[in-house]
Amino acid sequence: MTVEDRYARLAALPMRPVGGRRTLSPFGRVREVVEHRELLWLLTRRDLQVRYRGSALGFLWTLIRPLVMLLTYYLILGEVLGAAKGVTNFGIYVFAGLTIYMLFSESVGAASGSIVSNGGLVKKIYLPREIFPLASVGGALFLFGMQMVVLVGAILLFRVWPDPFGLVYLLPSIALVLVYSLALGLILSALNVYLRDIQYLTEILLTLMMWGSPIVYSWQMAADVMQRFHLPAWALEVYTNNPLTLAVLGFHRALWSGGTAADFPHDLALRMGIAGVVGLALLVGAHALFQRMQGNLAQEL
Amino acid sequence: MVDIQPGPEVVRLHDVSKTFVVRTDNTLKDRVVGFFKARRHRRTHTALDGVSLSIHAGTTVGLLGANGSGKSTLLKMIGGILAPDRGEVLVRGRIAALLELGAGFHPELSGRENVYLNAALLGLSRAETDARFDEIVAFAGIEEFIDNEVKFYSSGMYMRLAFAVAVHTDPDILLVDEVLAVGDEAFQRKCMDKIRSFQQEGRTIIIVSHASGQIAELCDSTYVMKDGSVEFEGDAQAGLSALRDILEGRRAGESAEIETTRRLRVTSVEALDGQGRPTDRFVQGDPMTLRLGVTSSGPVTEWTIGFGIDSPSGQMVLGSSSDRLKLDLDALAEGESRHVDFEIKELHFGVGEYFVNARATDLDGSESDVLWQGALIHVVGSESSLGVVDADISARPA
Repeated sequence: MTVEDRYARLAALPMRPVGGRRTLSPFGRVREVVEHRELLWLLTRRDLQVRYRGSALGFLWTLIRPLVMLLTYYLILGEVLGAAKGVTNFGIYVFAGLTIYMLFSESVGAASGSIVSNGGLVKKIYLPREIFPLASVGGALFLFGMQMVVLVGAILLFRVWPDPFGLVYLLPSIALVLVYSLALGLILSALNVYLRDIQYLTEILLTLMMWGSPIVYSWQMAADVMQRFHLPAWALEVYTNNPLTLAVLGFHRALWSGGTAADFPHDLALRMGIAGVVGLALLVGAHALFQRMQGNLAQEL
Repeated sequence: MVDIQPGPEVVRLHDVSKTFVVRTDNTLKDRVVGFFKARRHRRTHTALDGVSLSIHAGTTVGLLGANGSGKSTLLKMIGGILAPDRGEVLVRGRIAALLELGAGFHPELSGRENVYLNAALLGLSRAETDARFDEIVAFAGIEEFIDNEVKFYSSGMYMRLAFAVAVHTDPDILLVDEVLAVGDEAFQRKCMDKIRSFQQEGRTIIIVSHASGQIAELCDSTYVMKDGSVEFEGDAQAGLSALRDILEGRRAGESAEIETTRRLRVTSVEALDGQGRPTDRFVQGDPMTLRLGVTSSGPVTEWTIGFGIDSPSGQMVLGSSSDRLKLDLDALAEGESRHVDFEIKELHFGVGEYFVNARATDLDGSESDVLWQGALIHVVGSESSLGVVDADISARPA
């Protein structure tokens, strides 16, 4: 390119403001992230590549952890404490629940620490910072994919075919988890820069959320317990309409063969739809909040 | 400095200010406690205070200043890494920031993977990186190690690879923060050549550096920062002497005032070769004549004049003066200008750049006038030794 060409090209470009908080519309920001999709892919890959570098078993570890969890829950909760009695195909049930829950926990957990751990980059190079929590969610999706392979393999092996009509719940459940993970991931990743306690708080909340969703017990059991303690009807509604619970229920509906109508709340599809709309609104709000905070990230790190 | 006409404006800052809040409480407990003891943990630091400037395409601009004067903050502001509190920063064209080499390198990944990652961080697409990959590796000179993990690289190899990636992105504006002093001498020369070809291609370069040699050699113009504002704006030589004034604690106003009252002033420093032609390039062992010019604003009966040659790091390499050389100078009448030649028969300096300062002293009033960095000379020659002096060296088994 000759000097004249460069000058002519530059002269044709408008002067664009940089660094300001209101410099880009939300759509502009999203477009900027889309423009950086190759980088997003590379960062996601880097996180995964580095994760088990130097270990002999490598990516097998991503499966060993959920399989060990499955085994303990299956034996202790299912057989020793008797949770399996009310649930047919308890192994598939638990593993399906764990798979979708781990997509959520891995996404949110990794995203909340993502900006701090990439501090070197944030301080040195301008990038749309949304990329870091997004890459964490991308990495979690990959791990989710590997667990899905095992789950589908188990379904084929044990010939426990799910209801084909239930499969329509599969993608909405995953989408629901992704929307909420992304919204929480964005907010937490930026907040964590200001207050490092967020990362540890997140870990605890994620553990609580696992027990707060019907993963190692059934929704029916939760409903029974609430009835036994004479809790008002809205308590069950609150429990059920937790987006993670809805996603787990939807995932079970799609891939677990043992379910009957009593195992799911009425209007599951409608509930998931509403949760999805609320989630999208939350995501937009989270992004706006992220934008407000991101201008000062480099100096706070 | 390259002879290229400046193009359209590419960077404009309008009244930009930035204040940092320095907090010392970073845990929940500190915050909660601090909430009641209103803002004890906060200090503010004004890094930039109403900076306005405009940079045109094809120019190389140096940002100078003491540590903490805000020059790096300014660079980050242009790069979009920090947001201004007030004012606005406008740019156009593609920006690459060499703020810290290898910021995006991951020690566990191979050189190859890191090249792709770092190139993407600097805004190159995969196809563009593919096209330049061989060139990048050849520039860094680490072909045989490219598939090793970078944690096994020496720090020189690491920096070379990082620099190679950075200069092979295709920026319109290159932001450089103290990173040109990378690797061994041969590689440094390669870097400087690359920067020069960038200049030839009409790219804009904004440099923060403490190496006055680099600034003098590369920059068309400079901004000298002090306490967050632009204290001086002008060409590289003037910028460097303004910086020196600031470092020595003088304000610009003061030195101007003294200048007007001084009777004797140094006006020029010129380096001449053996044939008496002005030049800035000398081969080791060549003769060099320094022609110093003075002018007087009043009658001066007794005066002396001298020079000092400094290395870029500010260390004096050689100096002399008319009184040391027992040269008596005739009195100067009011308004008279005169030149004095200092002849160095053989210049035995090490290869590199040197600044020539000149000082004239009015013995009547005991006043001195110094022209800092009046000339820059390059000494070229044998690569057989290092350091600021040249000597005839040989080696043999004893």
